[in-house]
Amino acid sequence: MATQHSKSAARFMISPAVLLLLGWMLIPLSLTLYFSFLRYNLLMPGTEEWAGFLNYRFFLTDPAFFDAIWNTLLLVGGVLVITIVGGVLLALLLDQPFWGQGIVRILVIAPFFVMPTVSALVWKNMFMNPVNGLFAFLAKAVGLEPFDFLAHAPLSSIILIVAWGWLPFATLILLTALQSLDSEQLEAAEMDGASWLSRFFYIMLPHLSRAITVVILIQTIFLLSVFAEILVTTNGGPGTATTNLTFLVYAQSLLQFDVGAGSAGGVVAIILANIVAIFLMRMIGKNLDA
Amino acid sequence: MARAVTPARKATVTVFAWGVGLLIFFPILWTILTSFKTEAEAIASPPSFVGFDWTLENYSTVMERSNYFLHFLNSVVISVGSTLIGLLVAIPAAWSMAFVPGKRTKDVLMWMLSTKMLPPVGVLIPIYLIFRDTGLLDTRTGLVIVLTLINLPIIVWMLYTYFKEIPVDILEAARMDGASLRAEIIYVLTPMAVPGIASTLLLNIILAWNEAFWTLNLTAANAAPLTAFIASYSSPEGLFYAKLSAASTMAIAPILIMGWFSQKQLVRGLTFGAVK
Repeated sequence: MATQHSKSAARFMISPAVLLLLGWMLIPLSLTLYFSFLRYNLLMPGTEEWAGFLNYRFFLTDPAFFDAIWNTLLLVGGVLVITIVGGVLLALLLDQPFWGQGIVRILVIAPFFVMPTVSALVWKNMFMNPVNGLFAFLAKAVGLEPFDFLAHAPLSSIILIVAWGWLPFATLILLTALQSLDSEQLEAAEMDGASWLSRFFYIMLPHLSRAITVVILIQTIFLLSVFAEILVTTNGGPGTATTNLTFLVYAQSLLQFDVGAGSAGGVVAIILANIVAIFLMRMIGKNLDA
Repeated sequence: MARAVTPARKATVTVFAWGVGLLIFFPILWTILTSFKTEAEAIASPPSFVGFDWTLENYSTVMERSNYFLHFLNSVVISVGSTLIGLLVAIPAAWSMAFVPGKRTKDVLMWMLSTKMLPPVGVLIPIYLIFRDTGLLDTRTGLVIVLTLINLPIIVWMLYTYFKEIPVDILEAARMDGASLRAEIIYVLTPMAVPGIASTLLLNIILAWNEAFWTLNLTAANAAPLTAFIASYSSPEGLFYAKLSAASTMAIAPILIMGWFSQKQLVRGLTFGAVK
């Protein structure tokens, strides 16, 4: 069926998408790479000169860089742990028969559709504010001192906010995977006297492992780039307590106007993301063959 | 479920599941409730749940003071515009890859996906400078371009997984029955492709609506969509919880509704077909 004619037609149909993405990748990437070797400050236009690896040395030896790497890892790791553990538990719960399943499902999924700036500001002001927040009220109601979340536990607070938004994603995917589990297998195990725990660890969890891997990889790609939640809550502070790699590059280039160092940071971010991406691509590629 | 479930067990699970569901949903519910309070009631201690004087005043204040409608319109234009252009480019591409697969098809698909893995911050500076020099900063056109490009891989992939499920045999059957290519496309293929295209459209409008890296970095007053407009509430002056809530409720309501419709497609769209 695939004649020479239809093949060239296919190539013609595919080319706009390929060309657009090629341009989108190559032009900015090569510019970032180029800038990263320049002494280039937006406040001093016209003074650009070759700087060799100076920007990399500057960026990679900046103490803020290590803070940012550490914060990035904590942020990604913290959100992953909360969403995976919470997601598995929620998926197990929602998989049980109960009244109003459809509605509860909708309630659980809803946070995923809340834009990051809204969720961050709602949490920051209406829940975590030490004077007027709901948490402060609850603390006072049981006789505790209100806790200033974003001042004393800034990164944990942001992890909580981001995890709230991603929990539905993990839940939904794990629930979908759980529902494809053959219930006869579980019944057989139950009849053979397997306890709930051993059914969970030997049947359900192995069945879910693939979905869990997918959740981890996809979320990591997005979580490496968390930005809005930090911008509107702490602006990276106090100090560098909540500055992740994305935010550091943003601050370096668009707040301090140091395009050279910012670009070097961008290149580092690309390399980090690629390490994760390789694993994700392998998983998805395998699925394509099947 | 072949197993019988006792009513007592079902009741327990029901209570527990509703409790957890409401707890997770609570921040949204609280935002919606607060949007109908006065500023004084919004920070009252103890807080009241429904026993306050319901008012629409915040909604009218937000709309009057902050040019809310412009930002709302920006969100609509940017998310719908970028999705439609994306579909226009992606439908032929996904179509040909699904129906006339070549040796390279898999590589092309994987390569397209890899562009999605590019962290936005890695290309922020060049895009920012190019936009500055071409006058695209703070314009809807500029944002439509960027959002089209960042979501194009997802659109192609979603469409591809849907198109792939259309049985090719049915086309041959139609041809044997004497259908012309045009008739084949109009009467056979299109009806089968429309549901997939519709869910791709829905999911991508949602993603574009909530995108908050490029929209925050590339806009100021004119082209700012709701994500950036809400961010301006991060430095408050005076009492503002109720107004923040009203602005937030209006910003998330359309997408919550669309999201509920698209929840079944969500998994497949966001996992690139790895989980169905």
